Amino acid sequence: MANIKKIARRSFVIGSVSAAGGVAVGYWAYQKPHDNPLLREIEPGSISTSPYIMINADGITVVTPRAEMGQGVHTTLAAMVAEELEVELDQIRVVHGPASKAYFNDAILEEALPFKSYDYSSLAESARASIRVVGKFLGLQMTGGSSSIHDGFDKMRLAGASVKQMLVKAAANKWNVPVDEISVSKGVVSHFKSKSSARYQGLVEELRDIEMPQNVKLKEPQDWKVLGKSQKRVDMEDKCLGKPVYSLDVRLPNMLFGTVKMNPYLGAKGYKSANLEGAKESKGIVKILDLSKKGFAVLASNSWYAFEASKKISVDWVKPSYPMDNEQHIQSVSRVPKQKDSCNRDDGSAGSVLSSMSTTYKSQYRVPYLAHATLEPMNATVVYSDAGVEIWAGNQAPTVLLNLVHGLTGISTSKIKVHTTMMGGGFGRRAELDFVMYAVEAAMQMKGTPIQLTWTREEDMTHDFYRPIAGAFLEAGIDGEHIKALKADLLAPSVLDGQMSRMGMPSGGPDATIVQAVWDSPYEFDNFQVNGYKVQSSLPVSSWRSVGASQNAFFFESFMDELSYKVSMDPVDFRMKYLKDEPSRLVLQKVAEISGWKNPPEAGVFRGVAFCLSFGVPVAQVVTIIMTKEGIKIKDVHAVVDVGIALDPSNIEAQVESGIIFGLTAAMMGEITVKDGKVEQNNFDSYPMLRFQQSPNIVIEILSNQPKIRGIGEPGLPPIAPALSNAIFSATKKRVRQLPLQNHVNFLNTRV
Amino acid sequence: MHQLKVNGELKTVDVDENMPLLWALRDELGITGPKFGCGKSLCGACTVYLNGNPVKSCVLPVGNIQGDIETIENPNRSEVFQVVQKKWIEHQVAQCGYCQPGQILSAASLLSNNQNPSDEQIDTAMQGNICRCGTYPRIKKALKDAASSLQSSKIKKDDVGE
Repeated sequence: MANIKKIARRSFVIGSVSAAGGVAVGYWAYQKPHDNPLLREIEPGSISTSPYIMINADGITVVTPRAEMGQGVHTTLAAMVAEELEVELDQIRVVHGPASKAYFNDAILEEALPFKSYDYSSLAESARASIRVVGKFLGLQMTGGSSSIHDGFDKMRLAGASVKQMLVKAAANKWNVPVDEISVSKGVVSHFKSKSSARYQGLVEELRDIEMPQNVKLKEPQDWKVLGKSQKRVDMEDKCLGKPVYSLDVRLPNMLFGTVKMNPYLGAKGYKSANLEGAKESKGIVKILDLSKKGFAVLASNSWYAFEASKKISVDWVKPSYPMDNEQHIQSVSRVPKQKDSCNRDDGSAGSVLSSMSTTYKSQYRVPYLAHATLEPMNATVVYSDAGVEIWAGNQAPTVLLNLVHGLTGISTSKIKVHTTMMGGGFGRRAELDFVMYAVEAAMQMKGTPIQLTWTREEDMTHDFYRPIAGAFLEAGIDGEHIKALKADLLAPSVLDGQMSRMGMPSGGPDATIVQAVWDSPYEFDNFQVNGYKVQSSLPVSSWRSVGASQNAFFFESFMDELSYKVSMDPVDFRMKYLKDEPSRLVLQKVAEISGWKNPPEAGVFRGVAFCLSFGVPVAQVVTIIMTKEGIKIKDVHAVVDVGIALDPSNIEAQVESGIIFGLTAAMMGEITVKDGKVEQNNFDSYPMLRFQQSPNIVIEILSNQPKIRGIGEPGLPPIAPALSNAIFSATKKRVRQLPLQNHVNFLNTRV
Repeated sequence: MHQLKVNGELKTVDVDENMPLLWALRDELGITGPKFGCGKSLCGACTVYLNGNPVKSCVLPVGNIQGDIETIENPNRSEVFQVVQKKWIEHQVAQCGYCQPGQILSAASLLSNNQNPSDEQIDTAMQGNICRCGTYPRIKKALKDAASSLQSSKIKKDDVGE
């Protein structure tokens, strides 16, 4: 662990280009592949040539290194294999892999580099290559950062292509014919002249004698049969038939059901006293377990009995270290701290230009904490026995879990088995593993008995790792029609610090997520400075779909809108003036075109535009609203995205729609507040969600002008809040600088 | 002891009469199609049919139930139900999928009673089911497609005098 920590310190703290230090240490390890975990339990008659593929008489199984939480990653990663392996998508079974470093994500760290995603200089590219070496060395099996597609693009295609090449060789040997006379199609190898043919699964034994090829040629995109076309999701049928695919559906013999009651003062350690008497006598209760004074697990014969009993537990909890009152949380992002955390962008000399001007234009913005509110509440099923620990949990970070469980139980990682199930939503919440660890801790006290701990919605919503509360101070120096200088001071508690320390890794370096999507924005101004400031005391925070871009796009794109009005320019033209990256310009141009931006809308109809490049994907959106007597109706959203290569247009559209609707919920009604040290909102009445009847018509166009392939789970979200708020300004001339919008304007049918 | 008729089968559960139906189904009978989302009739993930009408099983005490319960697992589900599922698959509706059993039941219930619903009627039928992934646009398309497919199959049946 010491070595990994040392490397992590050099590579994760990436305020400067320090990744190279880590690379030198880790490079030897990069050359050595991680062991294929599938070989550990492989049955006779099965063969696995890489961690991603297994073939046996039953067929072909593709093991995806990333977790399916709804974003469609199983399908796209499997399609990459299918394309090169020359099989149809429906000819393969797709499963989550075991927890293993072999499923490392080496693309996820790229986002933390101090290079803009559209910077293709050799320095930037070599830094990216270097950080991927670190990623492989760390062996982080992690789903997040919209990284799965560009992480898997080569790995999965190479895995498919190499097996195909081996199958051809195996068939050639078997039939004693030349390799180049063999053809493959739809999972069948054929030799025309000898009229020989075999299904892949019929060549398993012959495959054993074939060596892994050293040189593999990948197909050119113009030859693709699967990729680039809309695919049928591999998990669609099970999900529409109500099959038990989630961890909450796991049923084991003699399993006990239960729930947790944890300290509502988040992160506070322990309690002074607890009265369990009423709970113990509650119907159906089997046992109440103390979880290292952090809280309790209540075990029963039925989850509902456990829920009822947990209500009867009364505890005098230890109070939190963060402020007890919401106003103080607001204050913490309402003044700029003395100490800067980062200054990743400092073009020209914004500071001195602004202070030399007689007047500047300033705005202050703020957003609240947000909960993830996955529809499937946190839950995990664990059995702890002499054989080891077996875990069923929808989670975004299996190898991190492996390490945490090893740390808690002392059991060797080879005896810890993690079954990653389908997730009823992740959005970043299931990268945090508290909910699994509580179940492990409870299971340790119930040796041999499987237990399933399900959080109530109330427990789930009040014990989240929230999207940070955040604030922004924006200042522009305007010279006639021209923005001469622009400065953004962005304030938020650090997502990265908490995540790193919970993974047992060093933390405390600059956190680029605080300034995400602004420091690396493709807008250019003569003088442009972006400063990040860490807020020290907050609720526990973590990644929430699109992370820092979720708040920063609202801040920056609202301010850009303000400036466009200030200089009396059309909001699209104004953005085009400062937007320099060509794919970004094309995205904005296209959205103006498909939304009819240049044609004045009819009476009572208003539009707003916003642009944001996050996770390497430029996205522009136009929101069209109708002002009615009862409130604002969101009529249309037009969105244009550029993911480089669109592997599955149908799924890309679905993800952009998803990001828009997730973002609308947050923009219109999302707000987590603190009262007496506890989170106030605890269910969908106090923390409402956008519903069917409020969902706008959404039109999406996908462009392919940027040179790199990208993922789309998150980038669709950031522009929606500012686009909507800008539309509201256009209608009302009221600039809303704090979310949620419903605190300032009425929406049609917002409340249930 | 409570007798429940679920998906055509008679089942007995020995639970507290106040236990919501959802938990009798999931934890006693292993019928996991109805999902737990909120416990307060706010999200619709737990939707089942009671005597053919959609109800939120997370707030319905077992002791109060009289009649037939139907879940997404029902092997003898209606033609309308199956058409809705087929259209859901065709339109690639589900993402995480957790809310979809509830969505499908709400949609199938609407279309069982009305095969030509207006947008307002669709809104009313679907407003109780939250989808956190935002599949609403595809739900709408799939639902409307299911409606027209049911209408045309009805016309065909009428033509041959069925």
